[in-house]
Amino acid sequence: MWSSYWDSVAVFLGINVLMGISLYVPMTAGLISLGQGAFMAIGAYVCALLTKANVPFLPALLAGGAVAAVAGLVAGAPALRIRGIYVMILTLGFGEIVRVFFLNFEPTGGASGMGGIRPLTELWQVVLACLIAYAVAWRMRHLRLGRAMIAIHEDDLVAEAMGINLTRTKLVSFSLGALVAGVAGGFYAHQALFIDANQFDFSRSAITFLYVVLGGVANPFGSLVGAAIVTLLPELLRVVQDWRMTVFGTILVLIAIWRPDGLLPAPRLRRS
Amino acid sequence: MLAQQLANGVMLGSTYALVAIGYTLIFGVLRLLHLAHGEVFMVGAFAGLQVVLWWQFGPMAALIGGLISSAALGMLLELVAFRPIRKRGNSHLAPIVSTIGAGLVLQELMTKLFGAEQTPFPSAISHVVYHLGVISVTGSQLFILSVAIVSMIALHLFVTYTRYGMAMRATSENLQVAAVLGINVNMVILVTFGVASALGGIAGVLVGLNFNAISPFMGVEMGIKGMAVMLIGGLGSIYGAMVGGLLLGVMEVLSVAYLESSLRDGFAFGLMIIILIFRPRGLFQTGIRAER
Amino acid sequence: MLLHVDRITRRFGGYAALNDASCEVAEGLVHALIGPNGAGKTTLFNVISGVLRPTSGRVRFQGVDYTGSRPDKVLTMGIARNFQHVRLVRGLSVLENVMIGAHARIGRGLLGNAAEFLGFAVAEKAAREKAREMLDFVGMAGKAEMQPDNLTLVDQRRLEIARALVSDPRLLLLDEPAAGMNAAELNELSALIRRTQVNGLTVLLVEHHMRLVMSVSDQITVLSAGTIIAGGPPQVIQRDPTVIAAYLGNGDELALHS
Repeated sequence: MWSSYWDSVAVFLGINVLMGISLYVPMTAGLISLGQGAFMAIGAYVCALLTKANVPFLPALLAGGAVAAVAGLVAGAPALRIRGIYVMILTLGFGEIVRVFFLNFEPTGGASGMGGIRPLTELWQVVLACLIAYAVAWRMRHLRLGRAMIAIHEDDLVAEAMGINLTRTKLVSFSLGALVAGVAGGFYAHQALFIDANQFDFSRSAITFLYVVLGGVANPFGSLVGAAIVTLLPELLRVVQDWRMTVFGTILVLIAIWRPDGLLPAPRLRRS
Repeated sequence: MLAQQLANGVMLGSTYALVAIGYTLIFGVLRLLHLAHGEVFMVGAFAGLQVVLWWQFGPMAALIGGLISSAALGMLLELVAFRPIRKRGNSHLAPIVSTIGAGLVLQELMTKLFGAEQTPFPSAISHVVYHLGVISVTGSQLFILSVAIVSMIALHLFVTYTRYGMAMRATSENLQVAAVLGINVNMVILVTFGVASALGGIAGVLVGLNFNAISPFMGVEMGIKGMAVMLIGGLGSIYGAMVGGLLLGVMEVLSVAYLESSLRDGFAFGLMIIILIFRPRGLFQTGIRAER
Repeated sequence: MLLHVDRITRRFGGYAALNDASCEVAEGLVHALIGPNGAGKTTLFNVISGVLRPTSGRVRFQGVDYTGSRPDKVLTMGIARNFQHVRLVRGLSVLENVMIGAHARIGRGLLGNAAEFLGFAVAEKAAREKAREMLDFVGMAGKAEMQPDNLTLVDQRRLEIARALVSDPRLLLLDEPAAGMNAAELNELSALIRRTQVNGLTVLLVEHHMRLVMSVSDQITVLSAGTIIAGGPPQVIQRDPTVIAAYLGNGDELALHS
């Protein structure tokens, strides 16, 4: 029987899949963010504040996403002219700043966090959101923006020489990712019912990174597979109870060695 | 009072510097963000604790214990978690996954052994307070500062004058060229991990002695700040890490003294972002290009 | 005159790759830029296409000074280029690679993008068709869905030309498009270049293959050691003693006479 425990697991899995998509988008353009937790936090707090003010769930979710998207623009701006590794550290730092901010921001509870959030999240909503996010990612891939992102990722010199505006494309991809993370945050807040800054710390961002990289960066379904594995594996590892993280960590190392490019291969193009 | 705060800041900052140097050394040779370095630091602290508890030895022995354990651990990680990935190609992302996995394993192992709560670290040094002019420092603070200084000088000498040190610098410059020149790159990488981790272990013991408590999660915060300091100083720059660490230590202490104490942890990253915007290659502008 | 290169100097440290180089490219012609190795052709090429900023001097296109403009701006102005060492995006199909060139011409703006998502893919369809047209034009019809890695070198070069053409440029910059081609392929390339001119396209060509240069160019500019040493139609350049000296002096075994 589908117990409510597994219902909850499914919801969190869906939220994690959304987080995976939120990182997959900027990574397609070559921007590796280790700070998606920050955008999730922003979306969570904004959404929770709004529903407490009796704003309906959907607008609140979208508002959370929108604020997160703006934050994405702010965070992304310094990332425009720097290379991969610096972007990682930049986003990591941004994540920490946001965490420290919420730790100190009294109107949202500060260090004691925010409780009493209405349980508005339902599985179908999260599933729908995932489907929409995938549809958008898929559509985008076959449109100008997606091509531009891939071109920038591989060869930004050529991309620019072919008329692609690097700044705009990077900002848009970063911001879109942040938006999705913000929506995920909104769902999270109304499922966990209590949020505090430390739930969105670097571990959250690092785990999001795992979703995408484990599954395979080149493949849009990679983040789905990755999120599924990372979310469900610890559940399945309940057998080893006290050593879950050790086994999990070891599995991560093994996967990194055995499948450095992720579990799913890059989608093959047809040959003529 | 300002002088006192500065002195405290320098002492705090020197531990940051030691950890940041570790990150920057590894980044220098491998271009890798060693996300488990914070855990290596943490293991060093616990190793030092064991030395003090079991063998009733003093701080020097604790230091050596921490140094050796961390160095060994670091080298083990390289052999087990990173080298196999390098052998199989050039993924930039897989090694990071590996560091995350290794970090999780280390955290849980230490939690199993020592419990998740904070463990007291006996202050094995006298609490005699010395008054040096305007400032007063305790014996332990002096110890920390001198150990840190000695370590940094030793590192400087090692990197500048020994064969391995020079090989390390050559490899950071350009790994392929170094290999072609006959340098045993794998050995250099191993030694780098050893040295970097040893410094981390020293820092761990120093932090334990200073705060009198350690936990399996102490590596997380230190780890992230260490990376920020690395960037502030300049990726790959040892001296940048030193200066950056000291700078951060001073800033944090001053912020606690004169501003909201709870904002303290945000300073590292605020400073880092400012540097990224205005001087992306860091204070010491070395080596690895920041801009596209 | 379509393009004015005005006293361009470009230093790399103490070394002047280009020294006070000036020339003009007339509209509708095939204009070749030749010179011995190390003369600065690629540097000049990169300055004209906006990839490199000159140390001093100006470049003007259709009378507008565009010195220092970013490459994407240069493309929207109407100057498109290929790359000497073929640079294709491996993650995209052949057709998609060509379509990248259309980006400057497809509807822009954030709102435009949003509309595209919802199916207002008219601009996308137009780009796709234009891209197919260009693939046909360069003789690669039917290879649209292939992966760039699987193409022959000649096809890869053709792909780059198609990519440049799809943006509807007024000036096409070709950087050594003939490298590695055999005689038959050279003839095809020659014909292709001539075909592009049908609608009044101007071509600026950097090339080493003298036979191609002499047969396809209307005007030639000769660069040596960073300065322009001669300019004129092929017959004149072939006989110019300074040009001959520059090539022989450099040890280049080039047959200036076909």
